[in-house]
Amino acid sequence: MRFKPVIGLEIHVQLNTKTKAFCSCPSDVFELEPNTAICPVCTGQPGALPVPSKEMFEYGILLAAALNCQIHEFSKFDRKNYFYPDLPKGYQITQFFHPLATDGYLELNGKKIKIRRIHLEEDAGKLIHSSDNITEASYSLVDMNRCGVPLAEIVTDPDINSPREAREFLEKLRQILRYTGVSTGDMEKGALRCDANISVVDIETGNQSNKVEVKNINSFKFVEKALEYEFKRIVKLMEEGKEVEKETRGWDLSSKTTISMRSKEEANDYRYFPEPDIPPVVLSKDYIEEVKSRLPELPDEKLSRFKVEFGLGDYEAGILTSTVQLADFYEKCVKETGDPKETSNWFLTELLRFVSPEDDFEHLKIKPEHFKELFEMIEKGEITRNIAKSVFEEVLNTGKRPKLIVDEKGLKVVGDESLIEEILRKLMEQNPDKVQAYKNGKTGLLGFFVGGVMKATKGKANPKIVNEIARKLLSE
Amino acid sequence: MKSYRELTIEDILNEKKSYTKLSLETIEQVDKSINAFITVNKDVEDLPGKFSGIPIAIKDNIVTKGLKTTCASKLLENYVPPYDATVVKKIKEAGFSIVGKTNLDEFAMGTGTEYSAFFTTKNPWDLTRVAGGSSGGSAAAVASGQVVAALGSDTGGSIRQPAAFCGVIGFKPTYGLVSRYGLVAFASSLDQIGPITKTTKDAATLMEIISGYDPFDATTVDKKIDFSKYLDESFSGAKVAFPKEIFGEGIEEGVAKQFEEFIKFLETKGIKVTKVEFPEIKYSVATYYIIAPAEVSSNLSRFDGIRYGKRVEKGGLLETYLETRKENLGKEVIRRIMIGTFTLSAAYYDAYFEKAQKVRRKITKRLEELLDEYDFLITPTSPITAFKIGEIKDPLVYYLMDIFTIPANLAGIPAISIPFGFVNNLPVGMQIMGKRFDDAKVLGIASYIEKDVPVVLPFKEEKK
Repeated sequence: MRFKPVIGLEIHVQLNTKTKAFCSCPSDVFELEPNTAICPVCTGQPGALPVPSKEMFEYGILLAAALNCQIHEFSKFDRKNYFYPDLPKGYQITQFFHPLATDGYLELNGKKIKIRRIHLEEDAGKLIHSSDNITEASYSLVDMNRCGVPLAEIVTDPDINSPREAREFLEKLRQILRYTGVSTGDMEKGALRCDANISVVDIETGNQSNKVEVKNINSFKFVEKALEYEFKRIVKLMEEGKEVEKETRGWDLSSKTTISMRSKEEANDYRYFPEPDIPPVVLSKDYIEEVKSRLPELPDEKLSRFKVEFGLGDYEAGILTSTVQLADFYEKCVKETGDPKETSNWFLTELLRFVSPEDDFEHLKIKPEHFKELFEMIEKGEITRNIAKSVFEEVLNTGKRPKLIVDEKGLKVVGDESLIEEILRKLMEQNPDKVQAYKNGKTGLLGFFVGGVMKATKGKANPKIVNEIARKLLSE
Repeated sequence: MKSYRELTIEDILNEKKSYTKLSLETIEQVDKSINAFITVNKDVEDLPGKFSGIPIAIKDNIVTKGLKTTCASKLLENYVPPYDATVVKKIKEAGFSIVGKTNLDEFAMGTGTEYSAFFTTKNPWDLTRVAGGSSGGSAAAVASGQVVAALGSDTGGSIRQPAAFCGVIGFKPTYGLVSRYGLVAFASSLDQIGPITKTTKDAATLMEIISGYDPFDATTVDKKIDFSKYLDESFSGAKVAFPKEIFGEGIEEGVAKQFEEFIKFLETKGIKVTKVEFPEIKYSVATYYIIAPAEVSSNLSRFDGIRYGKRVEKGGLLETYLETRKENLGKEVIRRIMIGTFTLSAAYYDAYFEKAQKVRRKITKRLEELLDEYDFLITPTSPITAFKIGEIKDPLVYYLMDIFTIPANLAGIPAISIPFGFVNNLPVGMQIMGKRFDDAKVLGIASYIEKDVPVVLPFKEEKK
């Protein structure tokens, strides 16, 4: 590998607060009709003033703590000035000079990816053009619902060395966001947005290309794809001895390529200056500590604990801790069943065939006590494993107690030896040739008789007992 | 008996009678020659409350729900706000009748209302002269007796200077005491709403009503002040200082003389007056004209013709922005936006804005030191008396006029302008500054002086 990519990410995270950053409008505006969650403040009416939400800081502190950042007691807001119709005030309120947090890291596969800074800011609105292609649009409409929705911008150091690592970083970040409840982390809903900076180092010569910024990446898959494309593009230019332009490129979904948006030379001067409408925010040490104390167990900690406490392997523990709700449900079930291994098996081979780790486990019809009951019936030999699986599926669909389902449907194992013997004798009478063949040494035919019994009992016969009796009768 | 035009809030409170209609009639007659009002609220109705039926005017950069708020700009010529400013809400809840919105320099940038996009307000003492600015409409409306009192806004002297030019009382409170929510921002770190009245008692009464912490303005402070506390007290023995630098370049001879008279007068009232050095005052105008335009350039970005206000559609988005702003914003406003855009640009930020912030802190520190040693600082409110309409062409001359009023804005301290005599038949105003949150004391000493030197109204002489 002669060429190595150097990647840094700038990630915007929509915070899960009840209200917008600087007014009391709701911040969850994803499915609302355009311009129904707006007020004088977030639409930039003359004279309206921003008042920062405390909740935004709580979420900011939680996020910063989860990413091991230094949280600053003193932070300030600034204005980033530029004109665009989705920006009602003509400036965005952000934290430029004094961000909330700096110097953190996120550990990914044993490697620390450094977080340079986390700052709080407000979102802009959304433009809806009269045509899919903006250059062909005859007019544009603006939906200001999103204006003022609180965002945390996370800036990493250029510590990421492959497109795949970039994707994994984002997936890990999303997991943390969901664990902490700071954000839904939904990329497709815009709650998590990513811009990437990439440059390439030629290891042989030590040369490093100019930095290219890639925007418009709206899924985890495309982060990897766009960066792979960009890496190859830059490497090709370097191999040909051509200059890599410092520019901003956008990921184009239809062509699966990146397209130049603007060169860095024509970059905007945002004329940052301190926001005079908001005094500096001073957070007390106690307050920061109090918020930090609310930080839940994070994915890595939970994974280690599951391995130790439940004797699970990396793989099982990894899946079971992939979301908080799955992990919580697993723990509740283990508490009932007292058997972490068996519970883990059922989760991995059965439960997760029907539900996704992202689902709401609280409202599943199957409850921890159902697992307990099911396990007990298997343990006592009352039902077979195969029957148990179908009972499980029915509990999942109906919420009925496993015992009730087994009773109603008569699924209990047939352990009645005389009944099994009777069925076997009948089978032997009907198939004298097969009995003879068995006796002549074709012992594989045992399966035929066992299968026949299972079929006649609809799978409820205890296979061990059937085997024993069949062997005995056939040898008579 | 006093005529309506002479009445104060205090007078009407005792009468318990509505003057709303009388005010509208007076405006109808008088304002033809004064031009104080941009919008007259003809449909105003009396509201319940302690101050019911008392007519008040609001500067037209303070938003009023359902009532046009233009900022004297073509861009907002037809803008009807969807909400009330906090002060407007409080004024209405107290029962006042808002009879109209008064003229100003466009977006409050100017010192004579000559930069109003609509017309220039005339000085009730001399109709060929300006009423001052930017709250010229409010000061003239009070001085001409069209309203009992008015609200203005003060960023670099915009309440005090027109009050001085019109011979009435103008008070700029400590920054943070009065909510700016609904005041169309000029320079957010300097802007403050305050009263223009005929008596200090009325100013204190209005302060009681409009001040207070506002959850809609993060820069307001939670501080309870009894503004009337010192109104009837003697300030004999108070220590007052004046900067020797005020007798420098640019001060009109008559104003300088009148200021000396003022010093003598204070001494006869048992007040000790000391000359002090305040060399930093000469940097205040330069500092102000970097910080204020910087904030202007950002605060006025919202006037882009996209969501409200007049839009001039042309070509693409950029052309629409450019035309809308070029056609609808006045020269002075554009000048300040350009200065601010320049001083905030990455290449010049440190040299201008950052440095101005440092000088601002220096000036503030010096003022605080002086006010630790003395109870009050005094200066003339303006180095000149009301000038002729159209007389001044050079914007720099305009800017330099603010030299005495700007320091109080830079430091966020309270300052009042009270009338003290005449020069060439034009009122002269004296400024008294106090410590941060010493607003009640500033009103107190003003009222102590007022007992001997009350406001004189121009039309009294008409009657004679």
